[in-house]
Amino acid sequence: MFSVYKKELKSYFITPVGYIFTGVFLAVSGILFSLCTLYQVESSSVSLYFSLLFLVLAILLPLLTMKLLSDERRTKTEQLLLTSPISLFGMICGKYFAALTLYGVTLLVNSVNFSLLYVYGEPNLSIIIADIIAIFFVGAAFLAVGIFISAITESQLIAAVMTILATFGMILMSYIASAVSTEWLRVIIKWFAVYNRFTAFSNGMFDIAAIIYFISFTVIFLFLTARLYERRRWS
Amino acid sequence: MIEFCNVVKNFGDKKALKGISFTVNDGEIMGFLGPNGAGKTTALNILTGYLSATSGTAKINGIDVLEKPKIVKSQIGFLPEQPPLYFDMTVKEYLSFVYDLKKPSLPKKAHIEEVCHVVKIHDVFGRMIKNLSKGYKQRVGIAQALIGNPEVLIFDEPTVGLDPKQIIEIRNLIKSLGNNHTVILSSHILPEVQQICDRIVVINEGAIVANEKTEDLIMAVSGPYKQIAKICGPEADVIKTIRNIYGVKNIEVLGKRDTDSISYYIESEERVDIRKLLFSSLAKAGYPLIGLEGVEASLEDIFISLTNRASGEDKPSKLKKGV
Repeated sequence: MFSVYKKELKSYFITPVGYIFTGVFLAVSGILFSLCTLYQVESSSVSLYFSLLFLVLAILLPLLTMKLLSDERRTKTEQLLLTSPISLFGMICGKYFAALTLYGVTLLVNSVNFSLLYVYGEPNLSIIIADIIAIFFVGAAFLAVGIFISAITESQLIAAVMTILATFGMILMSYIASAVSTEWLRVIIKWFAVYNRFTAFSNGMFDIAAIIYFISFTVIFLFLTARLYERRRWS
Repeated sequence: MIEFCNVVKNFGDKKALKGISFTVNDGEIMGFLGPNGAGKTTALNILTGYLSATSGTAKINGIDVLEKPKIVKSQIGFLPEQPPLYFDMTVKEYLSFVYDLKKPSLPKKAHIEEVCHVVKIHDVFGRMIKNLSKGYKQRVGIAQALIGNPEVLIFDEPTVGLDPKQIIEIRNLIKSLGNNHTVILSSHILPEVQQICDRIVVINEGAIVANEKTEDLIMAVSGPYKQIAKICGPEADVIKTIRNIYGVKNIEVLGKRDTDSISYYIESEERVDIRKLLFSSLAKAGYPLIGLEGVEASLEDIFISLTNRASGEDKPSKLKKGV
């Protein structure tokens, strides 16, 4: 697993993908942060900033996952990985954690923005930390969806577009769920509504149940990715 | 030892492998011969664990690839039809990555250097793979298969797309690797497996049609029993003379190749070598034999011959028109 992890992490910086993701994320996040907090004269709140960051993640995170498995399939290099003495789940996790590492480090660098708030006032540190942790886990879940979709297609472009649609769909599920009257359908839709799980963090609560939900969501999609490979192998 | 036992593979309704069985002994180079779409790659993919069989077992040294995939995979070096190369890596980075994947208990630097020396890629060690020629890319593909010094090497159509010089180099390389490894070479080129392999398994439409020692198979389907002779003299008289030779089964006039000789395709009964008799009979009749060459069997000829043999028929190749 570690060999795949190392290779993928390195490949983000051999190609421009890693630089584009990090650069655009930091730039857009910086602008949003300024508009939502520093330029708000009367009242400022980080919750709006984090809500908008959801949309940024939905657009940018597919950059990290779009080629992870689709390109291996297109170039037939997956044959090397799948005939090597590493486990299938180990291979998928190696790729996933490489994307997660780049995202996590970028998020960590982005967190420096919050130090500016101390220049202007007394921000609530616990809310900020809770929000950063929550947004990290939200991104982790989005990455898991992305790697699953990357396993479906050979085209990076299709993988990216499908992942953007899927993550946007997951964000919109919160609104869709409230409009659905059928109970069982609403329960299912709500399960995918990641934004609902985030709101507690915006209020300064560290919601352990939500963290477990995000981790479960991630594990399920990684597992589904492995199942997809197994199914392809047997079909 | 490689054991392939009654392996069936279905892709939906299509039966890609119809219960094939064969074994490859330690230190043997086995040629896996068949036309495109015969099921060679599917069989190899099952053996390497890339695909799973619908039924049947594939074992290496007695271990089932499905039951203990890690152990089996660590004993196999596999070069697929399209070498699995990362074009944005240098050769050094790529082989280092493959080493890390396989984690052999060999000193990393020395082992990679040794492999590079064997496949002769040390001069491109620091170059990007995307900038290499096709021949070098193929060599790098072979190098990744050799990393970890696996007992079993599997090469799927290793010379496809190479120029004649590169083909000879890769064939010689594979032949030399056969000294220390058990090798399966998949190909649709008969002279290639004939030149390299100890034994040939012929597969067609998902079924094995022959599994014999190379020389036995070649003798059975071509050998000295099919000749092209260039003979000077009147066509009708020459044919009459040849027909009188014991063992001649079939004669076909191929046409005039130069001003005073005619080329004939002559087929004799199986296990009857007519060459000496042909020469002496023609000399006695006063018709000079100015050229005689054996006909190499094409893959198509082999399939026709093997199919006829399997069904107990003995009819001439459809490609030849008897006189």
